[in-house]
Amino acid sequence: MKFKRLYAFLLRVPVYSYTISFIIIPLIYMLVLSFLTKAQTWGYTFDFTLANYERVFSSFYMGIFIESLKLALITTTIVLFVGYAYGYFMARTSDAWKRRLMILLMIPFWTSGLIRLNGWIIIFRSNGVLDKILMFFNIIDKPLKLLYSYPAVVIGMIYFLLPFMILSVFSSVEKMDWSLVEAARDLGATSFEAFKSITLVQTMPGILSGIVLTFVPSMGMFYVAEILGGNKIVLISNVISEQMTKGRNTPFAAALSVILMILTSIILSLYKKFTKTSELEGIL
Amino acid sequence: MKKLSRGPIIFLIILTLLNYLPIILTVVYSFNASKITSVWGGLSLTWYRQLLNDNDLKKSLINSLIVAFFTCNFAVIIGTSAAIAMRNTKLWIDNVISYFSTLPIMIPEIILGMLFMAIFSFINLPFGFVTLIIAHTSFCIPYVFLLVRARLVGMDPSYEEAAKDLGASTFQTFRDIIFPYILPGILSGVLLSFAMSFDDVVISIFTTGPTVNTLAIKIYTKMKTGVTPEINALATIILIITMISVILYELVNRKNITKI
Repeated sequence: MKFKRLYAFLLRVPVYSYTISFIIIPLIYMLVLSFLTKAQTWGYTFDFTLANYERVFSSFYMGIFIESLKLALITTTIVLFVGYAYGYFMARTSDAWKRRLMILLMIPFWTSGLIRLNGWIIIFRSNGVLDKILMFFNIIDKPLKLLYSYPAVVIGMIYFLLPFMILSVFSSVEKMDWSLVEAARDLGATSFEAFKSITLVQTMPGILSGIVLTFVPSMGMFYVAEILGGNKIVLISNVISEQMTKGRNTPFAAALSVILMILTSIILSLYKKFTKTSELEGIL
Repeated sequence: MKKLSRGPIIFLIILTLLNYLPIILTVVYSFNASKITSVWGGLSLTWYRQLLNDNDLKKSLINSLIVAFFTCNFAVIIGTSAAIAMRNTKLWIDNVISYFSTLPIMIPEIILGMLFMAIFSFINLPFGFVTLIIAHTSFCIPYVFLLVRARLVGMDPSYEEAAKDLGASTFQTFRDIIFPYILPGILSGVLLSFAMSFDDVVISIFTTGPTVNTLAIKIYTKMKTGVTPEINALATIILIITMISVILYELVNRKNITKI
């Protein structure tokens, strides 16, 4: 019995020591840092201040927060509708096709995000593939100049995050009890009514998990905005990155991160409240 | 089950094509002789040849492989031992630790990047391989942990009980019963961790040192300054590696399904 206790202890050592020293302590440090004062030249001094938070809540930075949330919301909404349809239809194909579609979905998903962004640059750039095609069919007469624009960033985000929604919805449709839909249909429900009151309810865990998996990362993907949006679209993650590197204002970056972290926690706890589980469906 | 009608099938086809469009274009343009992406200058292998002579790029590839290798090892050790130790836990502290250890894949990457940069400079850890590996391990542990735990949840407890009844020691039970059972989960975790570490840009930017460049950082900085056709060639090579890995992953998973 003594040996068993030792075994249980030893197995916990790696995860406990890693999580405490590299997740929990840094999180506490970030919180402390956000109340400190930036030093004149480099680093910070241990003077307690609320100035960082005052600056975060100034109208300029609040505007950027709202802009980031708006982009995340637009992205998530489009991803929800397109991803739901895709995941739902995919789950209704034959087993052989499910496997094929899954592999087709996984290859781009696993390919480096940067490499896929590179493809979009080829498409969007002035006189690029998209402009050429549209001009060939006389739909437009001069290049659209989509690269470094808002729509380019939205498309890039959708492209990145769609697979998460598809996988979440797919796995919840797979678990569905179809006999309930049939029963509803037998009792005279139209296919839309059956969808609304049976399918939608049963696949809700997948929908919610997909929303979390889309919304949360879309607030932090600064490199999509940077590469497809140029310097025109500034998101909260761009500001954090700038403050850490060029601005050398670590306390302010910490304060921004704390607020972003609180926003994320609110979303995650809402998810937990609605689904009564903290696990996200379909990511693995 | 009803068969799909034509509309949904067309929808699936169009979306799959759109999904592949950027990738296909990258591959096509990697053979473009012209230096300007918008002009087609005929077929050529110029960019592949240039890639072979780019020593900087080769060095960053080796760096990426080193980081990914160590990250995978640490993530597997930490994630697997955690999943085994905490599978039937009722301890509140275990729940706290497992919550925080899976947090890195739940929060925006930028927060992790900021966190690590701040703490590493606070403890004066020189930025380079060590910091990169510590940071990458954070977002790989959750994948290994969750995948292995999922295997353990599906495991019939009577296997273990039977082994114990027959006189197997704790270690023997682990070696002969638990380990073979969770192996597919560990392998999936390794592949996923490798891919995640190899691809990572955001966290790497904040945790790398002035002398160590990973391939992803290198590509990122090149892309920010405008596309060089060399990247198309590099992308094509990485794409081929990815395709092989995905097929391997699927094979591991398929075995794993038939085994249950």
